[in-house]
Amino acid sequence: MTALLEVEDLRVSYGKIEAVKGISFKVDAGQVVTLIGTNGAGKTTTLRTLSGLLKPSGGTIRFDGKNLRKIPAHKIVSVGLAHSPEGRHIFPRMSIEDNLRLGAFLRDDRAGIAKDIQRAYDLFPILGERRKQAAGTLSGGEQQMLAMGRALMSQPKLLMLDEPSMGLSPIMMQKIMATISELRAQGTTILLVEQNAQAALSLADHGYVMEIGKITLTGTGQELLHDESVRKAYLGED
Amino acid sequence: MTTHTTSTDMNTAADTPSPTGRLVGIPAPAARALATAGGALSLVSCFLAWTWTDAFPGDLTVYGYPGGLQWLVLVLGALTALFGLASYQVKGLRWLTPAGADPAIRLAALGAFVTAWYTVLAISLTLGGVVNLEPGGFVVAAATLIALLGALALPFERPKADPADPEDSGWDQFKHNAGQKWAVVKAAFATGPLAPAPKLPGYAEILLITAALAVGLGIFTYGIGTEYDELFIGFLVSAGFGFAALAKAGLIPRLGALTARHSNITTCAAFVAAAAFPFTQTNDRFANIGVNILIFATVALGLNIVVGLAGLLDLGYVAFLGVGAYAAALVSGSPSSPTGLHLPFWAAIIVGAIASMIFGVLIGAPTLRLRGDYLAIVTLGFGEIFRITVMNTDGTSGPDITNGSNGITSIPDLKILGFDLGAPHEIFGFTIGRFANYFFLMLLVTAVVVLVFRRSGNSRIGRAWVAIREDETAALAMGINGFRVKLVAFALGATLAGLAGAVQAHVTFVVTPEQYMFANSVPPNSAFLLAAVVMGGMGTIAGPLLGAALLYLIPTKLQFMGDYQLFAFGVALILIMRLRPEGIIADRRRKLEFHEDAEAPTVLGKTGA
Repeated sequence: MTALLEVEDLRVSYGKIEAVKGISFKVDAGQVVTLIGTNGAGKTTTLRTLSGLLKPSGGTIRFDGKNLRKIPAHKIVSVGLAHSPEGRHIFPRMSIEDNLRLGAFLRDDRAGIAKDIQRAYDLFPILGERRKQAAGTLSGGEQQMLAMGRALMSQPKLLMLDEPSMGLSPIMMQKIMATISELRAQGTTILLVEQNAQAALSLADHGYVMEIGKITLTGTGQELLHDESVRKAYLGED
Repeated sequence: MTTHTTSTDMNTAADTPSPTGRLVGIPAPAARALATAGGALSLVSCFLAWTWTDAFPGDLTVYGYPGGLQWLVLVLGALTALFGLASYQVKGLRWLTPAGADPAIRLAALGAFVTAWYTVLAISLTLGGVVNLEPGGFVVAAATLIALLGALALPFERPKADPADPEDSGWDQFKHNAGQKWAVVKAAFATGPLAPAPKLPGYAEILLITAALAVGLGIFTYGIGTEYDELFIGFLVSAGFGFAALAKAGLIPRLGALTARHSNITTCAAFVAAAAFPFTQTNDRFANIGVNILIFATVALGLNIVVGLAGLLDLGYVAFLGVGAYAAALVSGSPSSPTGLHLPFWAAIIVGAIASMIFGVLIGAPTLRLRGDYLAIVTLGFGEIFRITVMNTDGTSGPDITNGSNGITSIPDLKILGFDLGAPHEIFGFTIGRFANYFFLMLLVTAVVVLVFRRSGNSRIGRAWVAIREDETAALAMGINGFRVKLVAFALGATLAGLAGAVQAHVTFVVTPEQYMFANSVPPNSAFLLAAVVMGGMGTIAGPLLGAALLYLIPTKLQFMGDYQLFAFGVALILIMRLRPEGIIADRRRKLEFHEDAEAPTVLGKTGA
């Protein structure tokens, strides 16, 4: 079986500084794969490169049999890759419903879009209650829900979530993580980037640990969760 | 007068939890009575003679019938008295003040006071001394002063006083205290919460909208027909205060809710009201002003797609109007057009629109890859390049296309389906002159532009424009091709300006390069177009229309200001940007942008107000 996403020897530079120094990983269909690591490890850079917002300086990205490096950013969505960016980047002065509609910008099946908007409201009832409200008036956790709901609107083959738990209260974080498991149970393939290693690893099929631009460790979620060095470095144990 | 606050007031205010303040020390019941009676007396005094000679324009010498500026004081006095009576909970008047009467009374009384004293002072100054006043002049001055004092003495909820930090420097303390006083004044004019609207049957709501639009048409017609400077200034002052008073009373927000509920009917009714305008005029001169306002407003609305929806700062937009006008002029059969073509109007307007669109794409394709300031500079440059090119294609410095600085002249009047727009016609017993004919034609173009704006603003592409404006990176991640979407906005805006240009060429008989400059004392030019959009309200339909009407009317009416016009314009622009950055008519999205703390659970409506 071939992987849905296969990244090989990916390198990304900001000017002379190489932020991602040749990493390789893969995501199989139906899996939740997580990239964990500290600040500045290159996780967000990797995701932004996958969705075309940054240009790689080397390596290959194959997604669903296509070479992603040849596809411009605004067309990446149409091959089935959706990105819920770090810091959420919702459209604060547009209504929640308009935000969701923008997620489906490239689709033209009205009935399907209406159905998926309803699905987003079922997944996150608070969004349905406030559908006409400006997105900027939502709390941080609700905005994260909206960002995830919006990313799902393009019916992606792979959903990339960048730090969905950032800046959220513990309760809100649990809710978000529960939603991720729910999406996984529905068969959505997810690439999850997190600083909260505990939460991310406990629901991941597979995990990669990144340190200053390189992948230093890999294994199943459970293996990494119980790995001595991971526990020391990321889970705050001596 | 308005900042008259005693120190004892301040101290007592600091102690009580919900302090009441007043700006003038009169007990509340007496104040209310004074304000109401003063308003009524101002109304009555407008039927007296204010001066003995008709040397002051408007003939204020007649007992028993108001004239000129007296009408304005009468309306504001009546408003003061009505709001005063409403504040007594008089049955049948309570609907006037759904958001509380007192701030409305203050503004109406202030407006009556300013207008009346302005009139009285103007009489004294132009005729040389107060001896020229008849008793009525003194009565109205006293009456409006009484009403104002009473209104300012009405109690209001004073903000909690926050004493200055004694360790601050003198300047900081002064600033702090000044800020406190300003907060008190602001609180005096703050509105209360809007009372829930009574349930009305649908036809009643539509009747209300119709009535409001009729009043609006009446006010606009009155303003455009003002015959002398004093009256127009008085009109501006009273209209401003009157509008503010109605807004504070809660009537304007309520009307806004009504029109939002029936937006289609409102739009249609507004066009009917506009179409009624030529029938209210006996003189084609004002129809000329009307058609020029429409051209200006329509182009401003086109620019609003580019600036207000897509967020692209275009400083050379007037060039598209120029392209449309020149293209239509070249095929109009004008003797100075080198093409010698004479196409029917439907073809000419299409030629104008398509030429503008092509020009828009040509300019947009290389420049729209730039962001923000760079785009503004490049569009500014292209706007000037258009003008200079037209200037030089005169047969000597370049090919003979546009006749250079002489322009294309003697553009013949249009004949549409045998209807000669150049000649006056009799319709329903009204004489409709040349400019009124063009007014109707232009109104059709405006309707098309409004329709395009509304449809595109609420469509998929409209959402994409707003998304690009709000967060270009996120929009890209949604799969929006930013460049293409921006190019569509640019080309659409250009096309709409081209439509207006094709009509403009025929209205003005002649097109010259000087009509299409970046800044000029005569609108439309790029600077005034942008100002109309920004001052009126970006992203709305009514905003640019209103902004353009004001920006055209004010310089036309205040010719005596001469060279100071642009200065006054600059001051007005700064004041509006400081006090109401979202424009006169606020788009709900913009309101959120500038007042993030304002109202949290905001329901966003559709594009356009």
